[in-house]
Amino acid sequence: MKVLLSWLQEFAPVDGDPTVIADQLSSLGLAVESMSIVGEGLDGIVVARVLELGPHPDADRIQLVQVDTGDGEALQVCCGAFNMSVGDLVPLATLGTVMPDGMEIARRKMRGEWSNGMLCSPIEIGMGDDHDGILLLDGNLEVGHPLAEAMDLRSDVFYDLEVNPNRPDAMSVAGVARDLAAWQGVPFTLPSPDVLESGTDATDRLSVEILDPVLCGRFTARVLDGITIGPSPTWLANRLTALGMRPINSVVDVSNYVMLELGQPSHTFDLDLVAGSAFRVRRAVDGETIVTLDGVERTLIATDGVVADAEDTVIGIAGVMGGVSTEIHDGTTSVALEMAWWDPMSIATSARRLGLRSEASARFEKGADPEVADLAMRRFAELLGETGAILAPGMVDERGQTPQREPIRVRTDRVNKMLGTDLSRDRIAELLDSIEFAPEPAGDDIDVVVPSFRPDSATEIDVIEEVARIHGYGAIERTTPRSTITGSLTQRQLDRRTVRTAMIGMGLDEVMPIPFLAPGDLARAGLRVDGITVTNPLVAEESVMRASLRPGLLATLAYNASHRMTGLGIFEVGHVYLLPDQPQPLPDEREHLAVALAGSDAAAAVGVWSALADALAARDYTLAADDPAGLHPTRTARIEVAGTAVGFVGEIDPGVLDAFGVPERVAWLEVDLEILLSLPHGDKPYASVSRYPSSDIDLAFEVDDDVPAVEVEDRLRTAGGDLLVDLALFDVFRGAPVGEGRRSLAFTLRFQAADRTLTDAEVSGVRQACIEAVEGNLSANLRG
Amino acid sequence: MEVPYSAGVHHLAVADGSDCSLMELDLDKHLADAATSIEGAANLDALSEVDTVLLGKKSLITAAKRTLGDLEPDQRREVGGHLNEARATIEGLVASRRTELEAATRAVRLEVERMDLTEVDRGRRLGHRHVVTQTWDRLEDLFVGMGYTVAEGPEIEDEWHNFGALNFPLGHPARDMYDTLYVDYGEPQSTLLRTHTSPVQIRVMEAGEPPFYSIMPGRVFRSDTADATHMPVFHQIEALVVDRDITFADLAGTLETFTTAYFGAGFTSRLRPSYFPFTEPSAEFDIQRPDGSWLELAGCGMVHPEVLRAGGLDPEEWSGFAFGFGLDRLALMRHGIDDLRELFRNDHRFLSQF
Repeated sequence: MKVLLSWLQEFAPVDGDPTVIADQLSSLGLAVESMSIVGEGLDGIVVARVLELGPHPDADRIQLVQVDTGDGEALQVCCGAFNMSVGDLVPLATLGTVMPDGMEIARRKMRGEWSNGMLCSPIEIGMGDDHDGILLLDGNLEVGHPLAEAMDLRSDVFYDLEVNPNRPDAMSVAGVARDLAAWQGVPFTLPSPDVLESGTDATDRLSVEILDPVLCGRFTARVLDGITIGPSPTWLANRLTALGMRPINSVVDVSNYVMLELGQPSHTFDLDLVAGSAFRVRRAVDGETIVTLDGVERTLIATDGVVADAEDTVIGIAGVMGGVSTEIHDGTTSVALEMAWWDPMSIATSARRLGLRSEASARFEKGADPEVADLAMRRFAELLGETGAILAPGMVDERGQTPQREPIRVRTDRVNKMLGTDLSRDRIAELLDSIEFAPEPAGDDIDVVVPSFRPDSATEIDVIEEVARIHGYGAIERTTPRSTITGSLTQRQLDRRTVRTAMIGMGLDEVMPIPFLAPGDLARAGLRVDGITVTNPLVAEESVMRASLRPGLLATLAYNASHRMTGLGIFEVGHVYLLPDQPQPLPDEREHLAVALAGSDAAAAVGVWSALADALAARDYTLAADDPAGLHPTRTARIEVAGTAVGFVGEIDPGVLDAFGVPERVAWLEVDLEILLSLPHGDKPYASVSRYPSSDIDLAFEVDDDVPAVEVEDRLRTAGGDLLVDLALFDVFRGAPVGEGRRSLAFTLRFQAADRTLTDAEVSGVRQACIEAVEGNLSANLRG
Repeated sequence: MEVPYSAGVHHLAVADGSDCSLMELDLDKHLADAATSIEGAANLDALSEVDTVLLGKKSLITAAKRTLGDLEPDQRREVGGHLNEARATIEGLVASRRTELEAATRAVRLEVERMDLTEVDRGRRLGHRHVVTQTWDRLEDLFVGMGYTVAEGPEIEDEWHNFGALNFPLGHPARDMYDTLYVDYGEPQSTLLRTHTSPVQIRVMEAGEPPFYSIMPGRVFRSDTADATHMPVFHQIEALVVDRDITFADLAGTLETFTTAYFGAGFTSRLRPSYFPFTEPSAEFDIQRPDGSWLELAGCGMVHPEVLRAGGLDPEEWSGFAFGFGLDRLALMRHGIDDLRELFRNDHRFLSQF
């Protein structure tokens, strides 16, 4: 909501430094998004007429504008805006002008063409916040005159306020003034329009019927005669311009002015064009059509509200836009003026569906004041009276359903318990009274009747918020509750930190690709394509929810490689989203870890897994060769912890690397943390350290290539039993004298007992058992 | 038997080790010879041999000492004294030669081992926690210190938790404040990408009994085109406190405490009226930088009675406050990053800076 200080001051004698007032507005919940002093620093800006428009020979974004500054001569100006036409009046900053922002206008060449001044956008001269086009001036201004004088611009303060959805009242100058007056403790007064009424009573000239009382809470109509359509008075046009609305003609401008001032939108019909002079308010029939004021034929559906005439022809879309058939025009003499209260939900739905959101529909959506119509009608007539319009007596006033306004019991104790304040009942009443929340003492408490312009305020807590707001949030003291529980992270959260710490410790960088994928990304990564998709994505590239971290990490490697950063080690901890096997309320969402080591082979990934298992103390794992789609078929293993599959380790399939444009081998680890962290891990029982000597022996076996090393290890561990305290594969050798299709695996075994020194015989016995366990089961033989 | 002796020249009768026959020993000459051979030992092994010859079991001095018993007590004392002195002298010479040789050996070794460390300064590095994770962890630690737990919830949420339970009735215009992305799961528009971390408030209330002192960091989604300040995916952190007699003053004080703890002593905060369906009174939380400028940081307020009811609590018995803010922005502020997109571009040159 945009307001001018001078306009606020018509309702209340609010005063103060402009920045102090800005702070006060913010403290009231009307955050000041921008503030400017307007009507100053305009010396040198004159009214000019556009004589000719032509392209700049060397620049597409600039055009050459010939303007007349009053002497009939053409003056060339280069301009980056294209919104004006020949004949338009525009503000020209002449040579030597110092603009409000300090810039001095000088004659200069722009791409080889002289520019003798600058045409100004509204924001450049402090009128509104539009900076996309040149300000188009009222055609009646005198060319060559100083702008400030021609437009009767006075020094003023402009505020652009952010209005929250619960404050429909603040969508009007009056509503803002009411709040500010309460804050400053000065009286607030609504205007009392001075209108002469004459002619035939409106109730004899038109009729209103509300067929859907939910859609329409109130429909008022009056008649204005003697309409002449022309330009608005300069002061009124200036205010509209300052608030970002373009003056159109006297009737439209007054309608906008009243809407800005009092928050009540209106619609005008040429009364003679309304069949039967009847207004029937109902829902549309599916498929009904209307040509709206913008000349577009609209097809309506049953949820849209409409105004129809006596023949039941739709002549307006309720609260959204009127129809062309009853539009006022130069020959209009009598106008039916509609001011209605529409159901916010209905208007919101229609406006959104039709793409016709306007200043008016925005006010209806938030909930207008159903009781302001009487005043707004008279204000409308008063303003239009300046152009000769005469208000006919009488008002047709039909009502449907509007929000109930029962008194709300507000407990003094509750107010103070919620706010941490110590306000007395009477102080609370005083605060509420200042914004027209009518308080009535009820014992220690207060019964409050909420004003009609605050439909959002319907319960005790709503009123408590108003008390806090007018009391001032800053006036509430600050206390800090002492937590009555113990702060801590869960085991899961601690584990997640351990995972990250382990990855960081191995030199891997954490990445965070967004979890949206393009259609086909999963398939390119060799993954199931049926996943969860976004039904209303902005772009197709963000329409699929990832079912795996793989596409994101591969894309990250490809991106970096394309910037000549190869050999990266990266990891991600994040959610993936899967369709569940069994029906459940939400998708199967789980946390995964994925690691990609560019330029490394599967061995490096196994090393990362093994370190992770160590960090989490999840040592009871096995690796079993596997070939899931998308991973390297001969270099991948399934990781099982305590017999449960938790992920895969190995390499990315070369075909997938090509598909993602990753130019180097990629070692890969993916772990379902949801599963892994639910399996036994973490602290283990302490095993005491033996104080007795240990014996080390080395054993090398020649084993077929298709026998995994882990199987040899398993045999050794089983045979070694408790005495085998350490086992490590320290050498793998292929080639002569080892046979074709076989390799030598050399292990170091350390034997030790907890309670004695092992004898040579014992060591030799267990050594023999180990050899036999391997040779006897795995077509392996001990190498001499 | 006379043993010739005169001052200045030491004459000794020394027993030959094998046959115990005595011969004359010129002690001065022996010392001089000893000094020469010690000096001549070119390395520690050679010195060891010299040491054995001069002081070992078969050395002259050892042999001479062995014959002392044959002398008269007075003579024995005197000659013994001389022998001891001579032995000490030789020991001293050996020790000092050993020190010299050891130093030389060490010097040679050190020279051989000389390294240019700038030549090898490459290789091992730690990885880098993502700057969002760092901020996330800092906030968790801070609030855990203030007595809070950390709660989490799903990123794909149902309509009830994201909106309904938070006092956004169906069709409520306030839902328009959130550009919601829906997914094809269940009934149309029943399942969505959570637009804020607030649904976790409901999940916390559903899962346990008050009092609650929890923060809820997490990933959230909006239908937004990426630019310097917007991303379709970003992170928030939410706080929920529900206990007996929690007041708006508690909210203000907690946020002030947080401001000082996270940003530093030079920062202060203020609350301004605002609107959120799930809190009332609602407020915007601004922080003031030491240079006096204000920054809008968070939305907050007292938990709305309807939200407490949706969480199964009686609003007459329990009250609480909640606040939530963008986590990524704190990360940007901390490091002076001017474009939100950098956080998600995963450029190694960016990631490795933190």
